[in-house]
Amino acid sequence: MADASVGSTSVASRTAPPASEPAGRGAGQKLRTRLVEVAFIVPAVVYLVLFFGYPVVKNVLMGFQEYTTKTFYTGEAPWVGLSNYSAVVGNAIFDRTLWNTVLFTAGSIVGQFALGLAIALFFHKRFALSGVLRSLILLPWLIPMIAGTAVWRWILDTDNGALNRILSAIPGLDLNPNWLTSPQLALVAVIGVNIWLGIPFNMTILYGGLQEIPEELYEAGALDGATGWRAFRHITWPMLRPVVTVVLVLGVVYTLKVLDVILGLTNGGPANSTQTISTFSYDMSFRQFDFGQGAALGNILILISLVFAVVYLRINRKAVDE
Amino acid sequence: MSAVVPTRVQAGADVRPAGKAPRRPVYTVIGILILAFMLFPLYWMVNVSLQPAGNAVATPWFPFDFSLRGYTTAISEQGRNLVTSLLISLGAVVFSLLIATPAAYAMAHFKLGRWATVVLFGILVTQMVPGIVVANALYSAYSDLGLLNTLPGLILADSAAGIPFSIILMRAFMGSIPASIVEAAYVDGAGHVRAFFSIVLPMSRNALITAGLFTFLFAWGDFLFALTLTTTADLRPITLGLYTYVGSFVADWSPIMATAVLSSLPAIALLVLAQRYVAAGVTGGAVKS
Repeated sequence: MADASVGSTSVASRTAPPASEPAGRGAGQKLRTRLVEVAFIVPAVVYLVLFFGYPVVKNVLMGFQEYTTKTFYTGEAPWVGLSNYSAVVGNAIFDRTLWNTVLFTAGSIVGQFALGLAIALFFHKRFALSGVLRSLILLPWLIPMIAGTAVWRWILDTDNGALNRILSAIPGLDLNPNWLTSPQLALVAVIGVNIWLGIPFNMTILYGGLQEIPEELYEAGALDGATGWRAFRHITWPMLRPVVTVVLVLGVVYTLKVLDVILGLTNGGPANSTQTISTFSYDMSFRQFDFGQGAALGNILILISLVFAVVYLRINRKAVDE
Repeated sequence: MSAVVPTRVQAGADVRPAGKAPRRPVYTVIGILILAFMLFPLYWMVNVSLQPAGNAVATPWFPFDFSLRGYTTAISEQGRNLVTSLLISLGAVVFSLLIATPAAYAMAHFKLGRWATVVLFGILVTQMVPGIVVANALYSAYSDLGLLNTLPGLILADSAAGIPFSIILMRAFMGSIPASIVEAAYVDGAGHVRAFFSIVLPMSRNALITAGLFTFLFAWGDFLFALTLTTTADLRPITLGLYTYVGSFVADWSPIMATAVLSSLPAIALLVLAQRYVAAGVTGGAVKS
């Protein structure tokens, strides 16, 4: 293709016909071209339908069925109306899991976003080694989540964990928290670890957003006396808003479905204190083998994501349209 | 590690002109403190993995009494699972790129009209589908199809993160290839297929590498499908191996942390060797849709 560039210079100037309809071809040829075009995209569509479309539809149906271990032997999954939903909502731990989901999501998002933004703003200042340090911060996000949670389990160990050893070294402070085994603290610990995991992603996206704000705005602002906090409020924040919207929407959607972190750290315990809708759904399907109730919980989770995304995108419609 | 990265960083996606960075040592020190804080768990992982007796007593702060026992145990007990993960991840990369690359090109350059919008919207919606919902439905389908505990089964499922990501990333990149270059090939008599293979693919090399890297990492780090779509120890990815390890041998942390380190190696290697692709992938996949 050495002549591609030569060809392009001669063609670029004329008003080219659309790429999909090369000029001067018959109807048969046109149809063939159209078929080739469709063939490019069909495999992806088939995959998305099979691995996202089908599961969602199947899950909605399973939510109305009695779908248990028996189903795998008999092949029968009788329709039971809304009884899976009333069973899960009536379950003694449902309120707890719903509340945990809200706390886990809100806590994680606030922490990840605030720290991610702070670090992004810091690295936005140029200094020696900033590029290297910034890219190394990505590591916690790139390693398998389950590896991150495994080491945190040992760091948070009550008697021999690194965190409590550091805490006990602080003079005047006499405490030895049971991070993962106390029902009051476990959710805090799980949120903390999830914040740690989420900081790199937030930082990187927000840093990218900061990089795209033109320097001239700050120069002009400085003339009007907008520096420091005022420059942040009147220039940085408004310019960053589209990126903030994307980060927050993705953050909530991803956090709602987190499973690795919780299963890896606490398995939902102690006493369901870290059980969320997501882990509850897993528990129902794959530990109690009630796939119908597991599906019902999964559908509730989809509904929460969807409601959140729609409401949030409506409020910020302009930011997303770009 | 730091010896390799700086040269790569210069070539990265930084918009600002390189070489103008003021020295500001105070900032560098603060930056190192932030990094130390963020990477302490990774240091701890390596430290514990190198301790001779990783039993449940306080781990020394530094691995002075260095031992590779954790690693020999980890490799003998988890080596097979590492190979399984490698096969699955490479399979997912090949499969995802085969599916996603033509689709990304079609969405960037063909006049698909409404369809392109529908597919794009569909891809964005997939991000909202919780993995547990997919696993729930796939389990019964896989059970019927005999795909539980199989390599192809896990490769197909583990591509679920890579394919949408790759389409979005490569579509953004291919959209920036001038239509005139592709049209020149048509004028020369090439069809879509030939133009795709001889012009678009070579030009998109970087986007393909980035998409491939991330697909690899997604598949390598997958835990949910490993947990739900395998029921025996015959075919067990390393993430699940690590999870069951933590559950059963908590008395001895050295081999567990050695396994965690081994499972983190691909991420570390990619960050060091392919730094600029990684940075491009994080921002490109999420924002520039």
